[in-house]
Amino acid sequence: MRRPSALLLAAFLVLTALTALPVAAADTPLSFDDPVRQQRYDDLLAELRCLVCQNQSLADSHADLAQDLRDEVYRMLDEGAGDAEILDFMVERYGDFVLYRPPLRASTVLLWGAPLLLALVAIGVVVRLARRRVPPPAALSDEERARLAALVADEKRGQP
Amino acid sequence: MRYALPLGLFVLVVILLAVGLELDPRRVPSPLIGKPLPAFEMETLAEPANMLSRADLDGRPYLLNVWASWCVACRQEHPLLVELARRGTITLIGLNYKDTRADALAWLADRGDPYRLSLFDADGRLGLDLGVYGVPETFFIDAEGIIRHKHIGPLDAGAFERDIAPLIERYGDGS
Repeated sequence: MRRPSALLLAAFLVLTALTALPVAAADTPLSFDDPVRQQRYDDLLAELRCLVCQNQSLADSHADLAQDLRDEVYRMLDEGAGDAEILDFMVERYGDFVLYRPPLRASTVLLWGAPLLLALVAIGVVVRLARRRVPPPAALSDEERARLAALVADEKRGQP
Repeated sequence: MRYALPLGLFVLVVILLAVGLELDPRRVPSPLIGKPLPAFEMETLAEPANMLSRADLDGRPYLLNVWASWCVACRQEHPLLVELARRGTITLIGLNYKDTRADALAWLADRGDPYRLSLFDADGRLGLDLGVYGVPETFFIDAEGIIRHKHIGPLDAGAFERDIAPLIERYGDGS
């Protein structure tokens, strides 16, 4: 009784595997035979942001636009364009937003400077707190001085 | 006085967060503002034999509206475009983006055609040069062919009055 269902399951698995393959292949990025160029291609796709999904790189995104831009990067690399040229091409059209690492500009000074600024503030706070912990040696008032002298004198008198 | 610093920091953070919440991450400023429309050589949607280039569109300001029959949000803004065309507020040029001719023409026949003409950008080449990433998009192009404004997503009456009406005032309506 078990045999037919096992066969059915096997047939189902084989069929799904066969139908799944072309789908997976359609989304695989294009590849180069030359490993150096392939590496540059992969690096560029990781550097560029997909504008439709915004939190995915061109390499990760399944959006149609990402596919178009991947094809464009591939085409430009194939024609011998440099990495900077390809990044400039994208920035000219989509703006700095397309780059995961925004360039240092007037509008991004705060972005790049904030970690340094926060570190300085943190160091300042730590230094201030550390200083406050040590109580300042309070000078004795005249009254206290007189009392101390009296106590010392008493102590001396009491000695055998 | 003791609470001045924490209170000041709190207010600062609240202001920053309030501004941040108001910003829309989908509105990516276009680097093309102030630059000429990218060069192209393209068929019109209605007549495959009619090749147009950038220079053919120069001479009057117009709205370049990127649309497609597969684009759901385009249906939302379409009545406004039809109304603008009916009133003759400004010339509308369509950029039919990554579409098929049959679908696009049927779509226009169905919903009305507000465009003086539509360019047929089947492979999305001009769309790529224009940095299109979310159809529909609408560009205001002045008489010299310079891009003055880009609206991303469906255009509505509010955005039109706020962003585009002042540009028509300034650069003319193309009539």
